[in-house]
Amino acid sequence: MNRTLVALILMCLPLSLFSAEEHGPELEKVRIDLSNQASLQNGARIFVNFCLSCHSASYMRYNRMASDLGISDDLLKEHLMFTADKPGNLMKTAMSKEDAEDWFGVAPPDLSVVARSRKPAWIYTYLRSFYVDENSATGWNNTVFENVAMPNVFYEWQGKQRAVFETEKLTTKVKSADGTEKEKETEVEVFGHFELETPGLMSPQEFDNAIRDLVNFLVYLGEPAKLERYRIGIFVMLFLGVLFVLTYLLKKEYWKDIH
Amino acid sequence: MMAKLVDWIDDRFPLIKAWEEHLAKYYAPKNFNFWYFFGSLALLALVIQIVTGIFLTMHYKPDVETAFASVEYIMRDVPWGWLMRYMHSTGSSLFFVVIYLHMFRGLLYGSHREPRELVWLLGMLLYVTLMAEAFMGYLLPWGNMSYWGAQVIISLFGAIPWVGEGLAEWIRGDFVVSDATLNRFFSFHVIALPILLLGLVFLHIVALHKVGSNNPDGIEIKDNKDENGIPRDGIPFHPYYTVKDIMGAVAFLIIFFGIIFFAPEFGGWFLEKDNFVPANILSTPEDIVPLWYFTPFYSILRAITYPLFGVDAKLWGVIAMGLSIVMFFLLPWLDRSPVKSIRYRGPLFKIALTLFAISFVVLGYLGTQKPQGLNLLIAQVCSVLYFAFFLLMPWYSKWDTTKPVPDRVTAK
Repeated sequence: MNRTLVALILMCLPLSLFSAEEHGPELEKVRIDLSNQASLQNGARIFVNFCLSCHSASYMRYNRMASDLGISDDLLKEHLMFTADKPGNLMKTAMSKEDAEDWFGVAPPDLSVVARSRKPAWIYTYLRSFYVDENSATGWNNTVFENVAMPNVFYEWQGKQRAVFETEKLTTKVKSADGTEKEKETEVEVFGHFELETPGLMSPQEFDNAIRDLVNFLVYLGEPAKLERYRIGIFVMLFLGVLFVLTYLLKKEYWKDIH
Repeated sequence: MMAKLVDWIDDRFPLIKAWEEHLAKYYAPKNFNFWYFFGSLALLALVIQIVTGIFLTMHYKPDVETAFASVEYIMRDVPWGWLMRYMHSTGSSLFFVVIYLHMFRGLLYGSHREPRELVWLLGMLLYVTLMAEAFMGYLLPWGNMSYWGAQVIISLFGAIPWVGEGLAEWIRGDFVVSDATLNRFFSFHVIALPILLLGLVFLHIVALHKVGSNNPDGIEIKDNKDENGIPRDGIPFHPYYTVKDIMGAVAFLIIFFGIIFFAPEFGGWFLEKDNFVPANILSTPEDIVPLWYFTPFYSILRAITYPLFGVDAKLWGVIAMGLSIVMFFLLPWLDRSPVKSIRYRGPLFKIALTLFAISFVVLGYLGTQKPQGLNLLIAQVCSVLYFAFFLLMPWYSKWDTTKPVPDRVTAK
């Protein structure tokens, strides 16, 4: 009976663990590989050149990033530090919060832990989903984050793309005042696909790779300890595994007389 | 030299007496099974929380301007800070896993029954204190879910007639959750409640050692003593259960560190993604959900949607949630079965306990989902089952058939 109980409870667990699905735009998966140092370095370069002008990563220090990613202090100072003068400084943005609010209507969020509050797939899809929209203030819109205040900072690399929307008919049941149900048809615009209008400096494949590197870097930035966490974890597991065997044998030795 | 020192201390302090009474000559039943690991594991979890908490407090800043940043400072700049933080965040969830299994053990083998009512009551006080400790600790990282979770739960006090609004304001120290709230929660989390927890743990163990441990057969080993007055089915806690519990502790640590090193967020169940956004009074998360160990009660709160007797649904929800915890306190007096252990109980109790366990898990899951449509209906059914387990117990536990209870403990 006890076993049945435990089995029943255990059966409920996976159901609850994996059914936390989310709705929203379709996201493309991105391969995260923190052992690929070249990718992380390239991501850092893109991040500092494109993102850091408006966004901050104010919980992260330049020299921590450099030492984690195998970048020397000289290279760091020469190529990656535009907004700070000391390698030990935090990665703050040059733009003041007030200016940012004036220009964009909203202060660009800090990106230190953005890869932990949003999924990597979300960021990857979002950064590749800007399209030309004459009606918006910046001239850009985004299929993942509608009416986002951020313009497409990568348009020179990506080129300009147009979003093609398709009309879909939705039938919904509406209750009228007298209590009868009626079917109502509404037409909704659903995003279909992108069309590249003017090509950019990079081919779509090159651009995807660049954004992959950037997202890879953002995952690292969200949790620098991740680089060593798995490695240490394996040793801890091995140690505890051996310790468990020893404690099991010790227990067995002591308990051999108990019947 | 060592013996001299021990003698010197023993002349001035009951050292040997305490050692013998609680370890070397504390006789525990020899038939403890898997379920009996969780008491000592709860103590281990408490120690882990206190030790890691001390290190976190060295670097954490309880101030709305710097709290979120100080947690990230711990995660990045403090040597091994990330490990301390993950041990603390994972430790809190596993503490509740251990406590829930420990409580379930009590239900299985009747550990709440005479003469252990006080052990059970002290344990329940510990559980409630632990819930307060966890709730206040959850505000400290000052993430957006911390903020809105506290906002929602404190506002529940506002549902109490006449004094509610004033009470909620008094708890917050402000009209909304703010710096004042963060500071007092920090104070409660790091000093007031831990002291209370330690005191209650002490009393819980003193009360347990007075009456002696229960066992999977639910019989009293003290009823059958040998010529030296030692229970025939008892073995000294030390060394037998110390070596056994050390083995259990290592098994626990394998799971604990496995999560810390390989999945510290545990798919959003231990660290929620909305809590990686700093608290923002202007942006409410899409779904405000407490951490998993509160969700069964949160589900009961939200399951009540009808106003009744002129009292609105929200207040009924708060009352039901409060009662759902009070029920556990009443358990020793609701249970009228002539036997303690599930091994000798009949089908009625087994069915009731199974339904209760399933309801508890399902309520816990539904607490993380939107309370609409089928989800709401299932939550309502499970809430009824939850209360029925307790409120009908005086009858079904008495009517239930029982098997004869042996005189001596049986093999595992």
